[in-house]
Amino acid sequence: MENMKTVHCSILGFGAIGQGVAEVLLMKKEYLKSIGLEVLVVAVVDSKGATVDPAGVDLADCLARKRTKGTVAIEKLTGVEVIRSVSHELVIETTPTNIVTGGAGLQNMLAAFETGKDVVTSNKGPLTLKYRELTKAAKAAGSNFRFEATVGGSMPVINLANEVLAGNRLRSIKGILNGTCNYILTRMLEERASYKDILAESMELGIAETDPTYDVEGIDTACKLVILANAIFGLDVTYKDVEVTGITKITPEALEMAYERGHVIKLIGEVSRERIQVAPRLVPINHPLAVRGTLNVASIDTELAGEITVTGKGAGPIETASAILSDFVAIYGDR
Amino acid sequence: MRVSMDIELKDVPGQMLLALQPLSEFKANLITVLHHHQKRTPRKTVPVQLVLETKPESIEVIKAKLEENGIRVVRVGEHRFRESINVVLIGHVVHTGIQDTIDEIDKTGFAEVVDLSLSMPGIDLLSSALIRIDAVGKEDLQKALDILKTVSARKDLLMVLPIDIQA
Repeated sequence: MENMKTVHCSILGFGAIGQGVAEVLLMKKEYLKSIGLEVLVVAVVDSKGATVDPAGVDLADCLARKRTKGTVAIEKLTGVEVIRSVSHELVIETTPTNIVTGGAGLQNMLAAFETGKDVVTSNKGPLTLKYRELTKAAKAAGSNFRFEATVGGSMPVINLANEVLAGNRLRSIKGILNGTCNYILTRMLEERASYKDILAESMELGIAETDPTYDVEGIDTACKLVILANAIFGLDVTYKDVEVTGITKITPEALEMAYERGHVIKLIGEVSRERIQVAPRLVPINHPLAVRGTLNVASIDTELAGEITVTGKGAGPIETASAILSDFVAIYGDR
Repeated sequence: MRVSMDIELKDVPGQMLLALQPLSEFKANLITVLHHHQKRTPRKTVPVQLVLETKPESIEVIKAKLEENGIRVVRVGEHRFRESINVVLIGHVVHTGIQDTIDEIDKTGFAEVVDLSLSMPGIDLLSSALIRIDAVGKEDLQKALDILKTVSARKDLLMVLPIDIQA
């Protein structure tokens, strides 16, 4: 194809999501070529170091090494060092979320903008803490900054609201933005089992983290609401502006009583210009938000189009990488 | 107290004024007026439903005055509840005084707890309750929920509200 555009990029963070991105880039190589894009990953960085090749690293080899050796590190380089020393235009930032300091992700993003690079990320921490600072830095650098994967995994919320529904004033977004909580509440009702028992099951299945606080206390949902509030409603808020109640007190008896009256209890995140809140709520069984299992769902209340509801897989490496891929194509594809 | 009143007006001009005059005279606060002009009674009169707030002793006087004005008073009733929701409470619902929680709503006069399901799985375990609250109108329902919110915070109860209610 004529006019093939080569995009040089780095993948910072090579955990489940970073590896998912690598797999999707391999999987979609031909598709990307068909739309005139060639992706050249010049560096992959994990917590132990980096593998760098300006001519393009072998992603299949990186995935194999990560699986066998636990790291891709060949050189002792950090993300920020790679950003500053290796020539490329896009940083795919998939390091773990840290909502206290912003973690490596915040440093990576700031360094990327300082050096005029574009950023696509799945990392909520920096956006929850420093949304304005980051968007300002991106704007000043003339960089693209996209983060669809931070909210709802593969479920398109941010781009749907800001692009597809552009011009349509939005009143609120309500939804289930944490698959772990949704799984726990669904299973508690189905099994009439206690919160503790189902939490243990979720940990065993790898649905809940070893330290599930972040999910079950509603913190994860609150962070996603902060991103939606800033990115879609144009607010300037942080985590402390969210009223948060988690699901740790929910009992199987409460779920059963609610069910007998036609309701399920779901952890609902709600954002509008007036308030941002996470709390367990009673949802009618046939309501579009009453989705089961680990699914996420968001209902956008619009001025012209009424309620628009999307459902999707909120987590999973490939699903999250799908949102990263769509951000990638949005930046570099011919529009 | 709040009462509902069903009255019937003759289909001639000036009847509504005659109906509302006694209310104003005895300082009753008119909450809602539903004028069913399209629905005629077999007596060819127009049914009107009123909800008003007044002192209990004024009700009979108002009724007499309306009848004096030629207005038929069909029914004077307890509150006409038109809004209703379910709320789940989780915590030490019983030990912190379930009766007191209910009383806080009931004593408002504009809302009351009309149904209660309770589950106490064990002495050290959290109890769960599902209560149904009826209220005269949407605003009253919201006020009742605000009261319940304060009570729940004081008693460390988790209040789970329906998704379409302003929490």
